[in-house]
Amino acid sequence: MPTIVVKDLTFTYLGSKKPSISDLTFSVDEGQFVILTGPSGCGKTSVCRCLNGLIPHFYSGELEGDLTVCGLSIREKSTSELARKVGFVFQNPENQLFSLSVERDVAFGPENLGLPRSETRKRVDWALEVTGISGLRYRAPYELSGGQQQRAAIAAVLAMKPEVMVLDEPTSFLDPKSAVDILKVVHDLNKTLGMTIVLVEHRLDLASQYADRVIIMDKGETILDGKPSEVLGEKARLIGVGIPRITLLAQLLQKDGLSFASIPISVEDASVAIRRLLSS
Amino acid sequence: MIKTENLHFAYPTGGDVLNGIDLDIGDSEFVAIMGENGAGKTTLIKHFNGLHKPTKGRVSIDNIDTRKRSVASISKDVGLVFQNPDHQLFCETVEEEVAFSLKNFGYDTETIDRRTNAILETLDLSQYAESSPFTLSGGERKRVALASVLVWNPKHVILDEPTIGQDYQQKDRLRNFILQLVSQRKTVVMVTHDVEFVAECKPRVVLLSAGRVAGDGPAREILTDDVLLNGCSLIRPQISSLMHSLRDLDVSQDIIDVYSARACLVKAYEKVRKCQ
Repeated sequence: MPTIVVKDLTFTYLGSKKPSISDLTFSVDEGQFVILTGPSGCGKTSVCRCLNGLIPHFYSGELEGDLTVCGLSIREKSTSELARKVGFVFQNPENQLFSLSVERDVAFGPENLGLPRSETRKRVDWALEVTGISGLRYRAPYELSGGQQQRAAIAAVLAMKPEVMVLDEPTSFLDPKSAVDILKVVHDLNKTLGMTIVLVEHRLDLASQYADRVIIMDKGETILDGKPSEVLGEKARLIGVGIPRITLLAQLLQKDGLSFASIPISVEDASVAIRRLLSS
Repeated sequence: MIKTENLHFAYPTGGDVLNGIDLDIGDSEFVAIMGENGAGKTTLIKHFNGLHKPTKGRVSIDNIDTRKRSVASISKDVGLVFQNPDHQLFCETVEEEVAFSLKNFGYDTETIDRRTNAILETLDLSQYAESSPFTLSGGERKRVALASVLVWNPKHVILDEPTIGQDYQQKDRLRNFILQLVSQRKTVVMVTHDVEFVAECKPRVVLLSAGRVAGDGPAREILTDDVLLNGCSLIRPQISSLMHSLRDLDVSQDIIDVYSARACLVKAYEKVRKCQ
């Protein structure tokens, strides 16, 4: 059974004339790593807000259709109930961290779930280890670099042991190396814990190699949906999706008569394919 | 001209952020300032409009020391667009937001309307003129912040992470717009992590690390220097990584953008085919 089911979902923010999500239907299977992308203003952040119930419980507006996560309908369940199943990592970790130490921040979620102290402690240790920041547990979040802060934000969400992790452009404030590190952490959560991942991301050059599937939205609707190498083509580029440079290069070379068995989405794949062409 | 001499800066509560920066940025130059999170990039550009004053050393704009002018006066010449648009947006509608500075500078209504409409059009924001900035997406708010600074036509334009939240088309538009500003003899300085964007714009690149200048040169030199990049938590652009991985096949090593790579690889492919 799919973990996320979106059915005929339409949402219009209070005071807005146009819907931000328009008749959207898709489902995500358990353990999938999905990238949700599309041009600026296409409705991807609104979909994230639905996934943990911020829409319709916090942001007012008109909601039609339904979205269920782990069998829970966002219409029926409160944000606090959904938060046990769906973890949410924001673009700017500063919006999410507020305690005086990383450890306190990570413990906040489990404490609010009313878990016993020993279980909270166990989860904090585990979440810090998985995200690679055990050494920062007593530091104040505001003293940390952007990459370290984002790891702390992921650890805080992880300590709730959600089944689904939603990340809304978690790398956009980070330098490229820190961005790659964060994406590797997310990839690990998916591979080793089998966590279902929904990642909103513009930096497809860095992210697409980790995803099973890319969903491209435009004007609140799904335009393309499939494997990264199938979806990241001319059509995606024309609506404003930043397909990886390497993918674009391969598509252009294909037009020039260099043929690729499949369009590469990583530098490594492209390098192997081009080497074969140039040494034949 | 923007000039820093032995610029040192420390926040009152913390250690040194800038440790002796010497930098000359000429008129109509296009410069990208890059480096790891916490290298001091944003602190540096906040000196350019006088928001920060050096704890030691000197910063001058068009040969006048920033300590001798108010922020309000420097701002007429130096427009700074913050990384987080929410730190600078506060009006009820996009149109009011963009017109705000012109009203403050005392322009007449006709000029205000003309300039506001033109910049909204250029940055693809006309359809949101009557909307509240806070109903827009992150990327759109970022463009409103940009419009609200560019509208008063400052001579030097400083952009802090302008590509965050922008999609491919918006980035393309932004790139053309920046190149247009440069051709109008404006100085454009942008702080960015976006190596792919820099690889396409090819500005002069200044690398900062721990408050010092770690590298300074043309994009194609800096973005292909692994030692420098590593020290600043940056990575090569994808195209440069590809060319580097094919270096034994005698392909050019200073290529960083898609179109030059295409030309080079097609030529190499044709050569191989001729030999067969």
